[in-house]
Amino acid sequence: MQLELSPADAEFRTRMREFFTTRVPQEIRDTVLEGRHLTKDQIVEAQRTLNAEGLAVPHWPVEWGGQDWTELQRHLWHEEMQRAGVPIPLAFNASMIGPVIAHFGTQEQKERFLPATANLDIWWSQGFSEPDAGSDLASLRTTAVRDGDDWVVNGQKTWTTLGQHGDWIFTLVRTDPEVKKQAGISMLLIDMTTPGVEVRPIELIDGGHEVNEVWFTDVRVPGDLLVGELNGGWTIAKFLLGNERVGVAPVGATKRALAGLKRSAAAQMDDPLVRARVAELETALLALELTALRVVAHSSDGAPHPASSVLKLRGTELQQAVSELALDLAGPASLAAHAGDDSPQEGWARRSAPTYLNLRKASIYGGSNEIQRQIISRTILGL
Amino acid sequence: MDFTYDDEQQALREAVRGLLATTYGDHEARRRTVADDPGFDRSLWGRLAEMGVLGLPFSEADGGVGAGPVEIGIVCQEMGRVLAPEPYLSGVVHAGGLVAAVGTPAQKADLLGRLSAGEVLLAAADTSPGGRWSAGADGVRASVSDGSWTLDGVADPVMGGAFADHLVVTAALPDGGGTGVFVVDAGAVSVTGYAAADLTRAATVRFEASAATPLGEPGRDLTPSIATISDLTRIMGANQALGVMQSQVRATTDYLKSRKQFGVTLNTFQALTFRAADMYVSLELAHSTVDWATMTIAGGDREVVADAADRVGLQVGRAARHIGEEAIQLHGGIGMTAEYAVGVGTAHLAVLEQWLGNAGHHLARLSARVTDHDLVEAV
Repeated sequence: MQLELSPADAEFRTRMREFFTTRVPQEIRDTVLEGRHLTKDQIVEAQRTLNAEGLAVPHWPVEWGGQDWTELQRHLWHEEMQRAGVPIPLAFNASMIGPVIAHFGTQEQKERFLPATANLDIWWSQGFSEPDAGSDLASLRTTAVRDGDDWVVNGQKTWTTLGQHGDWIFTLVRTDPEVKKQAGISMLLIDMTTPGVEVRPIELIDGGHEVNEVWFTDVRVPGDLLVGELNGGWTIAKFLLGNERVGVAPVGATKRALAGLKRSAAAQMDDPLVRARVAELETALLALELTALRVVAHSSDGAPHPASSVLKLRGTELQQAVSELALDLAGPASLAAHAGDDSPQEGWARRSAPTYLNLRKASIYGGSNEIQRQIISRTILGL
Repeated sequence: MDFTYDDEQQALREAVRGLLATTYGDHEARRRTVADDPGFDRSLWGRLAEMGVLGLPFSEADGGVGAGPVEIGIVCQEMGRVLAPEPYLSGVVHAGGLVAAVGTPAQKADLLGRLSAGEVLLAAADTSPGGRWSAGADGVRASVSDGSWTLDGVADPVMGGAFADHLVVTAALPDGGGTGVFVVDAGAVSVTGYAAADLTRAATVRFEASAATPLGEPGRDLTPSIATISDLTRIMGANQALGVMQSQVRATTDYLKSRKQFGVTLNTFQALTFRAADMYVSLELAHSTVDWATMTIAGGDREVVADAADRVGLQVGRAARHIGEEAIQLHGGIGMTAEYAVGVGTAHLAVLEQWLGNAGHHLARLSARVTDHDLVEAV
């Protein structure tokens, strides 16, 4: 048991901090730090800057651009990135499909997709959820039927985040309707420019266009775009969702949001009730960060550490709690959510209500928090 | 940064666990022990001394073993696991800690040597009736005349005080000179023992021109050292609470798997398993914070340790309420009974919290500092 970083780790952290704060464009980092929306070009530019330095996909196998780092070093990388306001590498690429292709893909698939995925030359979308398959993902109904060497895909996916930017989509499709539902699912990679693919926006309660429906009508997909084994998609999905759980607890970003709030709403920091809320959240975030460090919540050999559910559950609760505090501190100024730039209200206050509303998603996606409780009670507690 | 125990620390845990199991292998033994005076097992105390456990916090020069905070934390966790009523936290960590922090070399060698050997029991008298958690003393006043010191006033609760040989007393120095620390023979003052809410022993101690020996340089204000020892005790108390909570979560999950109602085991009901999952979340977050706070002690920075004591006091306080209350609720009626460890564990958690500082107290201190920093750094 030892608290201090070793000299090597301390130097590693300094190196990360220096790179993130000097090489990633200030304009992009300010956008993140102020909680404004990034453009697609900004996200791409940031990831390419990281990738050029080998910092976009450190958790991938070394031969595909990963780094032979310790868990602690990965944590420091992730925290320093968030602290500096560097956009986290696109999760669909870096945390989801990249590790899947590296683990389950053919050599041809790896060569074709992994470099382009790391560099965000391909923007991936996720095609998992369907209107009738949310938490019960295995009941999905989008079908893929063999036709010669190709697959023909029909059905509908939903909640496809940033699907409007997507070049390719990784999908779970039903390839065998006759067996137990988990046993008849496969993963297909689909070029979103293929005829028959249609992306339709969904407007959310925050007024934004973040998610989409994706419709597939007789979409022909070449047979070599099946990932892993035929009807082996459920194993891949569990591998991917385990990685996603670890990635969706943005401790560093939530800490940074809370620190920013203390500065933005400085005038209200004399209120003892406000101070108590901040102190309580800071301590809870510390406990979460320490837990991330202690349990080494990573996916190894396809089996995520069960405690990653704790991180997802608590991490999203705290993310939401900080957004609630921001809304309360903004008060009437939060009503100016959709006012123009000439509004007399401050930007953080105007963004507070949409952010609060938007973050209600956090306890739903990545396996809803109720699903996480189920994983904890079954897998960890054996109930 | 490393959250794992080394081989020697693992061996210490196994040894302490094994020894405690010989006395408190089942909860009934604990129940019998606290039913009669002195409220703990003197032969177990002697074996803890032989094993070196009582001397862990103290230097070899003072007759101790010179172990680190991680080792002391391990002992406290194991004590908590079986709800051992031995006055380790009160007598060794707190009272012994005060002596080690402020005593002269001769005083330390004498008192801590005998404490480590199991020859004497110490108790810290630092709280006055109605008092809260403060490093100052307002219930006991010190006077000096011709170089002889006496104390007047009342200390209560004095945890572990009912059968202590020497009391380590914090008292207000004359003329607003701060707070001093004194040693008083228990035989020379009025000690009224009683059982605390968890049936461990505490006492009311009344001083009436009672002869007292100043620890360290007579008349010197020792408030900062008293505060630091309280912080260390708070962190070790959190270790003890962690042991209690680990036992409660384990007992609750076992119970849900075995207890049948409506013809099925309770783990059939999601209303119950989800609550058990939330208990686990609270436990893991508390565990991480306890380990972290314990590790901060080795750095030796008083302010860092004070901050860690507040954060672990808040986090563990919240977790103790959550886990302690849910453990009883998920057990149902059996959790209310004295013959069952779960509910007694909740009593022990309540005592630890109100003795060492409750969540609200620590939150108030953290709130006062909230604008002193940008981010809270874990590393």
